[in-house]
Formats: sequence, structure tokens, C-alpha cells
Amino acid sequence: MADAALFEFLHMEMVAELWAHHSDPGPGGQKMSLSVLEGMGFRVGQALGERLPQETLAFREELDVLKFLCKDLWVAVFQKQMDSLRTNHQGTYVLQDNSFPLLIRMASGPQYLEEAPKFLAFTCGLLRGTLSTLGIKSLVTASVASLPTCKFQVVIQKT
Amino acid sequence: MSRPAHRRPEYHKINKDLFVLTYGALVAQLCKDYERDEDVNKYLDKMGYGIGTRLVEDFLARSCVRRCHSYSEITDIIAQVAFKMYLGITPSVTCNNPSRTEFSLILDKNPLVEFVEELPAGRSSLCYCNLLCGIIRGALEMVHLAADVTFLQDTLKGDRVTEIGITFLKKLDEKKYRRKK
Repeated sequence: MADAALFEFLHMEMVAELWAHHSDPGPGGQKMSLSVLEGMGFRVGQALGERLPQETLAFREELDVLKFLCKDLWVAVFQKQMDSLRTNHQGTYVLQDNSFPLLIRMASGPQYLEEAPKFLAFTCGLLRGTLSTLGIKSLVTASVASLPTCKFQVVIQKT
Repeated sequence: MSRPAHRRPEYHKINKDLFVLTYGALVAQLCKDYERDEDVNKYLDKMGYGIGTRLVEDFLARSCVRRCHSYSEITDIIAQVAFKMYLGITPSVTCNNPSRTEFSLILDKNPLVEFVEELPAGRSSLCYCNLLCGIIRGALEMVHLAADVTFLQDTLKGDRVTEIGITFLKKLDEKKYRRKK
């Protein structure tokens, strides 16, 4: 879908541009850049959360919210469902996407694995932001074992 | 890639919103990073240029545009095919000079500013949608056309419409005509 293409190109350019601007030789510089992207994703996730159809907001359980993210939100944003959802039933969820669209354009190969976190930061923020609008505070991180498969780990924060 | 079983209309809107919201977050971030409007504008243009150089391939793959023989045809395609495809709007095109190298795209509605009421305080020279200029410029350059692309009117600055000016800088076919003795 053409709309999705425009977002993907923008995302790619943002990763390249913000990285160049914020980068810094030390590991501290790297963290700052990822958190900038994550923060942007959070704002967008919050705003998207506010635009969701009203009936989706009446969830009975935490697990329903996560299922909603994996099915409806992922379809709306990435035109596909999340491939698997696992949980320890104690507030930690692992969402796996076997062909994550923002990683598809990257060639698979071990040398690209290092670059992968930059392409996931925005989406982690997006998930965290949407959850926040749905009343759930969380920490979201992502990992890539082999491109283009990635896992998003959502840890619910109990206040 | 298989299509999902259902495609609810509100999710289609979310997809469109995603780009517009992300763009807004980007502009906000750049405003934090740069104090001067000119620097933000420059960065938006530069990022747009980078996107345009890649977007043009995507565009050519999706549309089956035939080879153009005039700047006016090219501008029409940008307005009627490209804008429609990526932003869902069709700007009108006007030609601004007799030699037909300067054109304007007039947007009655600008989806990028859907959630923006006004420019942030102290940012009166900000060209909020400058990414678009960069995209057009980058895309044209990839098909070997040099052009200047700027905003001539901007609704966020109080104008009635948004107007993007495209000035083509080099002749398309240098040797084709004008074999005067």
C-alpha cells in the first residue's frame, strides 16, 4: 500500500538522519539516539491510541490488550498480524514478528544485525505509547536473532 | 504477502495517520535540535531529498507512466499520479511562465498539516512541509532533471492555499530542437 511505503521511507530516513546527528563515538551516544527515536515512537503511539475505535478500548484483561496489539494494531500499522505472542502470565509478553516490515529492506546477514536496533527503537516506543493510552504502563525492548525476524518484549510496570 | 481477512475503514485511516503523526513528531524533534527555522527547513529538505531519491523507484514500479516529453507533462504526473498515490490528494497545476519551465502545485487541502493548528510560537519562518519540496527535488534528480522546489504559499502562514513552486533548471532534450542555421 502506497501510504505504508511513505511511512517506511520516512522511518528509514529518520533512522539515518537522527543517527548522524546524535551520534557520538562512545556507547553513551548510541543510547541517546535510540531513546530519541523511541520517544518519537511513544508520542505517535499515544496519538494512534487515541484514534482507535471506541469499542476496542473496553478490554477485560491485560492479555486482551496484548492480543489487540498483535492483531488489530499491527494490521493497521504494518498490514500484517504479529506471528506469535507468548507470556509468562506474570506481566511479561514476547511478541514475535517473523518478517517485520521495517527490517525487510535490510539484507539478512550477521553484519547487519548490529544495525537492527536502530530500526526497532521507534516501534518499541509506538507499542509503549499505545499501551499508555490504553492505561498500561510498560517497558518495551526489542531484539533480533536473525533478520527479518524480531521479538518485542513488553514488561508491564505495576505502580 | 497475503491480505488480512478484514480491512476495517478506521484502520485505513490509522495507516494514513501514522505517516502524518510521525512527520509531526519529526518536526517537533528537529525544532528541539535546532534553534533557527532556516536550519530546520534545511534539514527537512535534505531528508526529503534522501526520501525522494528512493521513492521515485517505488513510484515508477507502482505506476506505469510513459516517457514524458515536456516539463508540463511531468508536473501533471507529479500532481495527478504521485500526490494521489502517496498522499491521496490531487493538487491543481498552473504554469507560471511562457517558456513553460516554472509551475505551481496548488493544494487546497494538505494532509500533512491535518493535526497542526498553527506554527509553534517563535517559529514563524518554519516551512512545516518542507520535506515535500525535498522529495520532489530528489525524485526529479533521479530521473536526470534538475529543479528548484520551494513553498510559495503556506496555509500555516496565513495564506489561503498551499502552493509549491517547481522551476525546472535544465532543458530536457538539448539537441532535439533548435537546429537553426
